[in-house]
Amino acid sequence: MFREYKFMVLRRTSQISIMLLFVSGNLLGWHVLRGNLSTSKVLDSVPLTDPFTLLQIFAAKHLVSGQALAGALIIVLFFGLIAGRSFCSWVCPLNMVTDLANWLRKKTGLDALGKGPVISRKTRYWVIGTSLAVSLATGVAAFEWISPISMLHRGIIFGMGMGWTMILAVFLFDLFVKRDGFCGHLCPLGGFYALITRFSLVRVMHSKEKCTLCMNCLEICPEQQVLPMVGKVSSAVASGECTNCGRCVEVCNENAMKFGIRFSPEKNKTSIA
Amino acid sequence: MVSGDKEEKMPERRKFLFDMVRGLGAATVGGLAWTDMLDGKKTFATILRPPGAVVEQEFLAKCTKCGLCVEACPYKALLLAKPGDERPVGTPYFQMRENPCRMCRDIPCAVSCPTGALLPSLVSDSDEQGKSRLDVNLTKIGLALIDRETCIAYWGIQCDACYRACPLIDKAVTVEYTKNERTGKHAMLAPVVHSDHCTGCGICEHACVTKKASIFVLPRELAMGESSDRYIRGWDDADEERMQGLPEETTTRTPRSEKSPLDYLNKGDL
Repeated sequence: MFREYKFMVLRRTSQISIMLLFVSGNLLGWHVLRGNLSTSKVLDSVPLTDPFTLLQIFAAKHLVSGQALAGALIIVLFFGLIAGRSFCSWVCPLNMVTDLANWLRKKTGLDALGKGPVISRKTRYWVIGTSLAVSLATGVAAFEWISPISMLHRGIIFGMGMGWTMILAVFLFDLFVKRDGFCGHLCPLGGFYALITRFSLVRVMHSKEKCTLCMNCLEICPEQQVLPMVGKVSSAVASGECTNCGRCVEVCNENAMKFGIRFSPEKNKTSIA
Repeated sequence: MVSGDKEEKMPERRKFLFDMVRGLGAATVGGLAWTDMLDGKKTFATILRPPGAVVEQEFLAKCTKCGLCVEACPYKALLLAKPGDERPVGTPYFQMRENPCRMCRDIPCAVSCPTGALLPSLVSDSDEQGKSRLDVNLTKIGLALIDRETCIAYWGIQCDACYRACPLIDKAVTVEYTKNERTGKHAMLAPVVHSDHCTGCGICEHACVTKKASIFVLPRELAMGESSDRYIRGWDDADEERMQGLPEETTTRTPRSEKSPLDYLNKGDL
């Protein structure tokens, strides 16, 4: 039973403890994590900056301090070289909202009615381009101004105000309109992480020998397009769109999926286009 | 990709181009709506930003809404705009009447900003050795204005609440003593604000005894006028220098100025 939710428990622990550390930074003055997911300081010394926000500021034709640049570099290197798009499933608080919506979809049978209107998974990359163009036109970081992710984490740390309407909108969108609608199709931040984490090391590995084609992994995966190799070849998940949530690893009864390092020598390195 | 014949390849390429055009179209529609939405949200001239804030348009671009300045404020005077607060969401601001800036000497809010939206250098000068040091008195959050019609000191009632509360007493706020002409035998002790020293901290607004504060802080761009460089103050040496770059020739054309001034004086019907 626990095996089936191992990573889910770990992810929720990670998401909630990061938020609690931010909240205690504001309310109790703890120094572990101060600020929020846009920009923060770890132990009052190491800066962390959301690189996509920074990119929008650049697009708006403004420069920021070296401290903020260093913070963004740390984030890019950590997720880009090592952890993959795990920001989305291990850090982002909105993930809990959309996961709840998608779980409810399944439970209530809404999912059985179909996946909703056709929205391309590529839409998020168009949203990236548009947010940069709008930043250029308006002179402010465009997505930062309307981002439901920022509204939610800032709301938890500093007070929600009317921000709940935006969060509810995303929840209802995922519940009634489109399965995995926001995180899997529209969110430019998720798209940005998908782009920079194409070559990161931590990967889900699939073993064809163990696979019995039960398709539990594809059934559960919020980014199904990243698993074209299932039952066909043994290989690592190649796409940056995989959020390393580990749901496929949990639900696979044959242990055909597991976390690994992309270039580990014992692995079959057959590549998948 | 496995190579097919030309008939198979062309639709593939056409589909790609079609998708690109459709994507561009959708992005343009979305982008225009998005731009329109942000444009209305950007102009908030009445917001009082923390000490060291760069000019508003640049501030809006550089502030990542992290709230570190808000966390740094020991008096919890800085607020972070929430959705519904009618201010750019996530940006820091003061509500002086409720909780003014206490002008901390180490300016923790300005120092804590990681992106350069607040610049400590804007609230610093240099000491004897030429080393930069923070000076909170250089802060320009805004400028205090007095509504003389509701300020009871201007009615002749004795009140010096703002004057006494001002951290730069006798510099930013002074009291003007005049005879109360209405009663003929009392004094008026009227507060006056001086823009060269006022930091816009809002302690006066907080202290004001009237129902709605009769002294209140507004951003400087909103509170101040600007005189032309052509007008010089006789008591200010630097004023002559301002005149240096100005063009010699100035002419104002009106129907009356077509004639020479002498004509105007001698022949005109005055």
